[in-house]
Amino acid sequence: MKGWVERQQSRAAWAFLSPALLLLGLFFFLPVVAGLALSVTDFDIYAIGDFSTVRFVGLRNYVQAFTNPVFGTALRNTFYFVLVGGPLSVFTSLGAALLVNAPLVRFRTFFRTVFFAPVVTTLVAVAIVWRYLYHPSYGLLNLALGKVGIHPIDWLGDPHWAMPSLILLAVWKNFGYNMLIFLAGLQSIPEELYEASRLDGATAAGRFRHITLPSLGPTFLFVAVMTMIGHFQLFAEPYVMTQGGPLKSTTSVVLLMYQEGFKWWRLGMASAFAFILFMIMLAATWIQMRLQRAEAS
Amino acid sequence: MRLSKGLGALALGAMLAAGSGCARGPAPGRVELRFWAMGREGEVVQELVADFEKLHPGIHVRVQQIPWSAAHEKLLTGHVGGSTPDISQLGNTWIAEFSALNAVEPLGPWLERSSDCNPDSFFAGIFDTNRLEGVVYGVPWYVDTRLLFYRRDLLGEAGYASMPTNWKDWREAMRAIKRRVGPKRFAIFLPANEPTQAEILGLQAGSTLLKDHDSRGAFQDPPFRRAFDFYIGLFREGLAPPVGNSEIANVYQEFAKGTFAMYITGPWNLGQFHDQLPADLQGKWATAALPGPEGPEGGVSLAGGSSLVMFRGSKHKAEAWQLIEYLSQPEQQLRFYHLSGDLPARREAWRDTALSADPRFRSFGVQLGRAVSTPKIPEWENVIAKIQDQAESVIRGAASTDSALAALDREVNVLLEKRRWLLERRRLSGQPVAEAKR
Amino acid sequence: MRRGFGRILLHVALVVGAILTLTPLLWMISASFMATGEANSLPPRLLPHSPTLEHYVALFARLDLSRYLFNSALNATLVTTLSLCINGLAGYAFAKLRFGGRDRVFRTLMAALVIPAQVGMLPLFLFLKYLGLVNTTWGVIIPGMCSIFGIFMIRQYALGIPDELLDAARMDGAGELRIFRTVVLPLLKPILVTLAVFTFLGTWNDFLWPLIILSDDARYTLPVALANLVGEHVGDTELMMAGSVLTILPVMVLFLVLQRSYIQGVMAGSVKG
Repeated sequence: MKGWVERQQSRAAWAFLSPALLLLGLFFFLPVVAGLALSVTDFDIYAIGDFSTVRFVGLRNYVQAFTNPVFGTALRNTFYFVLVGGPLSVFTSLGAALLVNAPLVRFRTFFRTVFFAPVVTTLVAVAIVWRYLYHPSYGLLNLALGKVGIHPIDWLGDPHWAMPSLILLAVWKNFGYNMLIFLAGLQSIPEELYEASRLDGATAAGRFRHITLPSLGPTFLFVAVMTMIGHFQLFAEPYVMTQGGPLKSTTSVVLLMYQEGFKWWRLGMASAFAFILFMIMLAATWIQMRLQRAEAS
Repeated sequence: MRLSKGLGALALGAMLAAGSGCARGPAPGRVELRFWAMGREGEVVQELVADFEKLHPGIHVRVQQIPWSAAHEKLLTGHVGGSTPDISQLGNTWIAEFSALNAVEPLGPWLERSSDCNPDSFFAGIFDTNRLEGVVYGVPWYVDTRLLFYRRDLLGEAGYASMPTNWKDWREAMRAIKRRVGPKRFAIFLPANEPTQAEILGLQAGSTLLKDHDSRGAFQDPPFRRAFDFYIGLFREGLAPPVGNSEIANVYQEFAKGTFAMYITGPWNLGQFHDQLPADLQGKWATAALPGPEGPEGGVSLAGGSSLVMFRGSKHKAEAWQLIEYLSQPEQQLRFYHLSGDLPARREAWRDTALSADPRFRSFGVQLGRAVSTPKIPEWENVIAKIQDQAESVIRGAASTDSALAALDREVNVLLEKRRWLLERRRLSGQPVAEAKR
Repeated sequence: MRRGFGRILLHVALVVGAILTLTPLLWMISASFMATGEANSLPPRLLPHSPTLEHYVALFARLDLSRYLFNSALNATLVTTLSLCINGLAGYAFAKLRFGGRDRVFRTLMAALVIPAQVGMLPLFLFLKYLGLVNTTWGVIIPGMCSIFGIFMIRQYALGIPDELLDAARMDGAGELRIFRTVVLPLLKPILVTLAVFTFLGTWNDFLWPLIILSDDARYTLPVALANLVGEHVGDTELMMAGSVLTILPVMVLFLVLQRSYIQGVMAGSVKG
């Protein structure tokens, strides 16, 4: 009887899983493995016309990627976006969460909804909006800066300002999501902890440092890793706003992969770009996990 | 329970909608031709197409407008994905690429049978861009070349009654203008984010841009080097501002203000300058064919423009050819010119008084007679992008000429490795390797 | 006294933050009602001089926006319903059904969470071309029809379903599918709603994949059509703003309607994860 029930359940389980596993296998795992295979060939525009021109090239694409100055620039830009934009985004989220969560706040849900609103918007649409906000002579941003005596900045046209402009947009667009997650983390801290420390005479700053921050540890890790992974995949902002310019200052690895792959159809090379990015993301995630664990212990 | 049923109904409804979405098509009995056209051409051609449909009630033409910035990608994705249209506008520098892909139909047989459409009736340099190793793949639709737009008044004030015709005098004229207009204004605007100017000057100096059957870069060789030095010198001397298009924002306003006195650009700006410049400036601007290194005959420019091509995958080739023929008729070419400002590819259409009487247009006629094509290889678009990257970094002071040209050759050689291998394979298999003709 | 001052300061910070956050969106709406060229005047204007609907009319009448709206809605609805069914079944199976290899399969999926979609994108395109799905609705939605993240979310939630409930149903002789439909689905409703909003938003806003897979403008989604439009009409600020408003509006409304359960779901998911 028991064996029959288990067999029954096992059969049902595989039936329940089969659509998901089939789809993932065919349209996710298979392409990923194929991508790895593609990255050691010189599959390109000629190969699409005549398959016999495909050659196995070993690691040549990887070697060429690292000697290709544009890929180097794209890597640097991507790291810039991740290392500056990521923390900025996380700390903005934390700040917003602390504000919204403060005990004295009225209209809490209203503020929460307002701060979350940009998350819901379509990136392409808001990138277009921001493109106009950044306009050197007609944009609101320079208008506002002009009021406090700052000279107009050519946000998207100046190679030094273009990436900070994209970062500002990304922070605005994304901070609401992490704010929610921090809020959840803050609300799960038991009130008794605060009560106890208040009785011990701890200051507000002390309570923040010794109770709030440590309790947020796991949330912090989650947010940091997810934000980093998201930032590594920078694409739509430069695609819509700058096309990677000026002087390649906003060309990201994914944008370069898109151009190499779907503009020039050098799919072998583009796949190598994708895998290098993947390896970097994997390594960065691992490092972050390790750091966090070291800190916790 | 309720939820799952609701979901099921929703999914079913959506799938039915997906099905009906696919079913949209022409009325029964009518052939639908899909026609891709880019940018403004895509907008104005609708009017010509409407008349074509009246003449051919059995054909419905669906025009899809594609922005220039995405056109190249879209066409390639369309080809790879098997969803190319029947007929398309194609920049004539892209024809090599699409013929290498086996994407476009050779038009020789169709042209032979045609009573009206005949290779000799087009500008020769332009028609040649559609021919690869003797096979014709496109019919020129409109032509495009680059020449000088300039402020006659500013040139005159600097002591020149007309545009010089060789590099040395041309540069002297620019220096004279610069001396008069001062530090904030310039003699010429050469957008730092465009490869075109470096390309044209290189061709003028006699560079073939590529060498060894177009399989290696020739950018460090003396001819291109000479042109590039001349080009960069214009920025270094302060004759041209080291900025791109986006930093100028509105070229018409700046041209009107005298921020620069010369501008190398194409025929679409004839209409734009006419519409956008203030009335008091209309008598003060002119066009001139480009100066050459030694004299006017060397002042070549790009044989640009767009052709009409038919895709191999088309199921309605006869109808597609009818549309190509129709759009190539001198009257339609002229109408298209009036709608879009694009210059006709058919020489008959140039007998129109508006074109032959206006000296600004005549310069284009002269320049088109000196139009030459760039290397006809599938990688060319990518090579151009690399020329632009390197030129821009020198202009903006991020690299030296030596290192930039060396990098350009290196990158282009890497890019063309596949082509060298293919040429070698072809040679080994005994097929002749045609000498590239310009 | 200090307490009152702190309270005012806190609210000032919140209000300033809210204004900064909303400014881009409010300006977008305002500019979409301006006459052509008004948004590019000096000094810059904040409100339309005399509001006009001409850009909205142009988008629908001339630029066929309703078609893109339909395509986006269709794709998002299809992906949402199909993925909820598929992920729901799988997530539940991982959480509550006993079968050999369960943990191994689940761990493999979890490890695969770190693989970015871009890695398989190029071969996937070639594969779909081989299947004849390039430039079709199915081509757009296939990669979204099942997501490891979705399976994970549902599994985490389903772990909380008491086994006794399921065993009782089994005692009554119900089959597994029936148990799933009658017992499990109603219990999963909160997470399904969250995931539905999440998936719908994600699909609606997705850009890279539809950009690659769609070549026929009759099938463009709103973001792709919008990016296309900006290539043509970059000077028409007001028109582009109207297009942006129409792209954002549907998802914004959906969010505002379902925000309570959605926000709770996001917060709950993160704590458990």
